[in-house]
Amino acid sequence: MTDEQPRAVAGTTYGAGALLILGAVLGLFLMARAADPVMGFHGFLFVAFCVLGVYWLIARHSGGDADAGRAAAQSVRYNDAVVRAGVVASTFWGVIGFTVGLVIALQLAFPVLNFDLPWTNFGRLRPLHTSAVIFAFGGNVLIATSFHVVQRTCRARLAGDLAPWFVFWGYNFFIVIAATGYVLGVTQAKEYAEPEWYADLWLTVVWVVYLLVFLATLWRRKEPHIYVANWFYLAFIVTVAVLHIVNGLAVPVAWSGTASYSLFAGVQSALIQWWYGHNAVGFFLTAGFLGIMYYFVPKQAERPVYSYRLSIVHFWTLIFLYIWAGPHHLHYTALPDWAQTLGMTFSIMLWMPSWGGMINGLMTLSGAWDKLRTDPVIRMLVISIAFYGMSTFEGPVMSIKAVNSLSHYTDWTIGHVHSGALGWVGFVSFGAIYFLTPVLWQRQRLYSLKLVNLHFWVATIGILLYITAMWVSGILQGLMWRAYDTLGFLEYSFVETVEAMHPFYVIRAAGGALFVIGSLIMAYNVWRTIRGDLREEDSVSSPQTIAAAPAG
Amino acid sequence: MAYQDVVAFSGIFGLIFFMVLFAGVLIYALWPGNKRKFDEAARMPLKED
Repeated sequence: MTDEQPRAVAGTTYGAGALLILGAVLGLFLMARAADPVMGFHGFLFVAFCVLGVYWLIARHSGGDADAGRAAAQSVRYNDAVVRAGVVASTFWGVIGFTVGLVIALQLAFPVLNFDLPWTNFGRLRPLHTSAVIFAFGGNVLIATSFHVVQRTCRARLAGDLAPWFVFWGYNFFIVIAATGYVLGVTQAKEYAEPEWYADLWLTVVWVVYLLVFLATLWRRKEPHIYVANWFYLAFIVTVAVLHIVNGLAVPVAWSGTASYSLFAGVQSALIQWWYGHNAVGFFLTAGFLGIMYYFVPKQAERPVYSYRLSIVHFWTLIFLYIWAGPHHLHYTALPDWAQTLGMTFSIMLWMPSWGGMINGLMTLSGAWDKLRTDPVIRMLVISIAFYGMSTFEGPVMSIKAVNSLSHYTDWTIGHVHSGALGWVGFVSFGAIYFLTPVLWQRQRLYSLKLVNLHFWVATIGILLYITAMWVSGILQGLMWRAYDTLGFLEYSFVETVEAMHPFYVIRAAGGALFVIGSLIMAYNVWRTIRGDLREEDSVSSPQTIAAAPAG
Repeated sequence: MAYQDVVAFSGIFGLIFFMVLFAGVLIYALWPGNKRKFDEAARMPLKED
């Protein structure tokens, strides 16, 4: 038994090595036969990925096991290494994604910052920002936390030896392919699904392995019941796979070229796109992050889930309602009227599960409300749930056709998205990262709780500046567009509305800058914690601090 | 099957399907026999580090 174990591992290592060498050959072939320069460049990146992979396999095979010392203290020998990598990647991509967001916010306020270059043009940097924050930052947070949570709540080690690492590196390689593609002008022009067909195929492989790792870990569980967070993660993984595959169906122009044509056209294409797009919100940015909420809020508050029954109703109603809400992106278009009404109705019904989940998350703090004053990480998690409640209230309102006729295509939408993305997704992720860092690197605590507190306030003020600026500018914009004079002519030309936006774009960029600064504070804190440093500071919870707070 | 028939069928089928599903979820969640299991599950995150 004991000698069989290493041989089995070596077998998969040789198999993986062989696949990587085959991949490198395929990459070389793509470089040689590329129909366009970007495909040649991506072939080169693929060769580099495969060669580094082989090197990594060899280094790993001859290196020791970093977790060996810890194994004795745990009831199960968890795979923490891949989660640690995920935490570092999340922090890194977070800073990158937020910074690109700040750059494009400044470009909108000061168009000269486009620099008249194709690579730095707003049109190319905007998908770079959205993909970097949603898929690079959010995706890495989801992969890392799901791998952590599924192990702890199943009391089983993550399934597979190389498979979780393939998910991590493969996913991040997808990010690099997508991001470099955008900057070089490669896109299939579907919002939040911009990567071209070959990147889509690669992601499909990675995602199926992700699903298998997750399912196999659930299969091994030593707990009889599958914890609710795992249900949310599973819904996220399965649904994103389905959405990605259907929306990505396309015919490449050439096997060695980047361009492709979507299988769908016209209103069908629009409907498929927004079925995908809204469920990227519903299942990627909501279900997955609710998985984070249901594990990390009880963990940080040291309280059980407020109502487990409510969490079950929350889960099933949320996933069955969300999938129908997409058509609200297509009000007053060629989409049949009944389909628009259906999308609107399901969006409004979503109020119930969304607020049920919010109440469940907040009430988990019952009996531990004092922690809100003493623990800045809990404060971050609670604010994230509050933003979740706020943006899931605002979303259904905006899906009502009469409201949508004012809000659609305006900055109000951008503000709404960011109250969800910065407030809910961002803060719940920061909370999870702050929780995970000391646990995974076996530190006594974070380097500095005061810096967490500073991050909290800087980022919160940033979000408030952002969303209030976008509310005002969005409604102003919508009202200017629909203003008629007494003769029935439009009151304002388009450029006059653009001019009116300017001050709000500057305020929005200022808010974004604060959010970026907050993420840098977090990166510094995480880095120092990993190094094993502890900042000398009065604990935030000590009586002196509380007594001094009103005065200082 | 004409377009109108599909629309009518999916409306009725959707209504029945979702109501039955929702009732099933509520019954499962509120079934008194499941209470102990759910109370235990609510504490599951607190078991490990």
